[in-house]
Amino acid sequence: MIVRLMGEGQFRIDDGLIDRLNELDDRAQAAAEADDEPGLDRLLDQMWRLVHDEGERLRDDDLSPSDVVIPPSDLTLEETRRLFSHEGLIPDAPA
Amino acid sequence: MAGLMSRTSNVIKAWVSKLLDRAEDPSVTLDYSYEKQREMLQNVKRGVADVVTAKKRLELQTQKLEQEMPKLEEQARKALAAGREDLARAALERKAFAQQQLQGLDQQIAGLEAQQEKLVASEKRLATKVESFRSQKEVIKAQYSAAEAQVRIGEAATGIGEEMADTGLAIQRAQDKTEQMQARAGAVDELVEAGTLEDFSGGTQLDRELAQLETSSQVDDELARLKGELGPGERKALEEEKR
Repeated sequence: MIVRLMGEGQFRIDDGLIDRLNELDDRAQAAAEADDEPGLDRLLDQMWRLVHDEGERLRDDDLSPSDVVIPPSDLTLEETRRLFSHEGLIPDAPA
Repeated sequence: MAGLMSRTSNVIKAWVSKLLDRAEDPSVTLDYSYEKQREMLQNVKRGVADVVTAKKRLELQTQKLEQEMPKLEEQARKALAAGREDLARAALERKAFAQQQLQGLDQQIAGLEAQQEKLVASEKRLATKVESFRSQKEVIKAQYSAAEAQVRIGEAATGIGEEMADTGLAIQRAQDKTEQMQARAGAVDELVEAGTLEDFSGGTQLDRELAQLETSSQVDDELARLKGELGPGERKALEEEKR
């Protein structure tokens, strides 16, 4: 399974890791909903470390799409909101 | 509600399909996508240049504030010598404020430095993928009629589209941070020029009160020190002023 850590690159992880990631992800989502910024920070950081430490980094010239995308570990609550809002945080590609 | 990972994946997928929907013919998709990749690389290069410019501005401001400090102390000394403790206090307050700003500037410069590193790393990753895409594109085009080629085109374009979305986010975040700092730098510039004494640090009420407490005791200490350094004639002038 291929995971993208946004701003960092892609990693190949064992499928077994996904349960642990999902569990952290649920808690991160709950933290975001509760406006718990330190909690969100901590959980994103744990997700990052898990992938970073146990995954294998993909070469930069690999063009495989990712199965899972994890937002930047230092994403703020405000940025999280914008990322998922209608306008979005990522500007459109140049037309 | 879905987790952050699936929501982020969906945002990226939507972004990529918007990018690729513009060209329906797979061979056009390849060329179109390559063109967009080149543009994105230009954008990230510009992003790096903007961060560097903002950082230089803050470094310049640091220098200015550092030069300002001894001047303010000299002004305070002169004001005291002239028996104007109120003016001396105002000058020392400005000096204390300048000192606080200097500490903030150090942090901001470090923050921009980190943004710069991230963008440079993004640029490197994207450039490598663009190069890889360019060579694969020709191979895939040559095998266009094969059903497998279609799948590969889709995958390669999606894979690199994802990297472009990632780069786009990095550029946007760096830009937001740079703009915040530019606004703050503008406020400090105005302050240095106009000599107003408002607090632009924007912290909570408590932060501001604490900062004020610290400033005021720092000012008291410095006033006492400067008074100690006054000659007897100047001290007499100060006493008379008080009366």
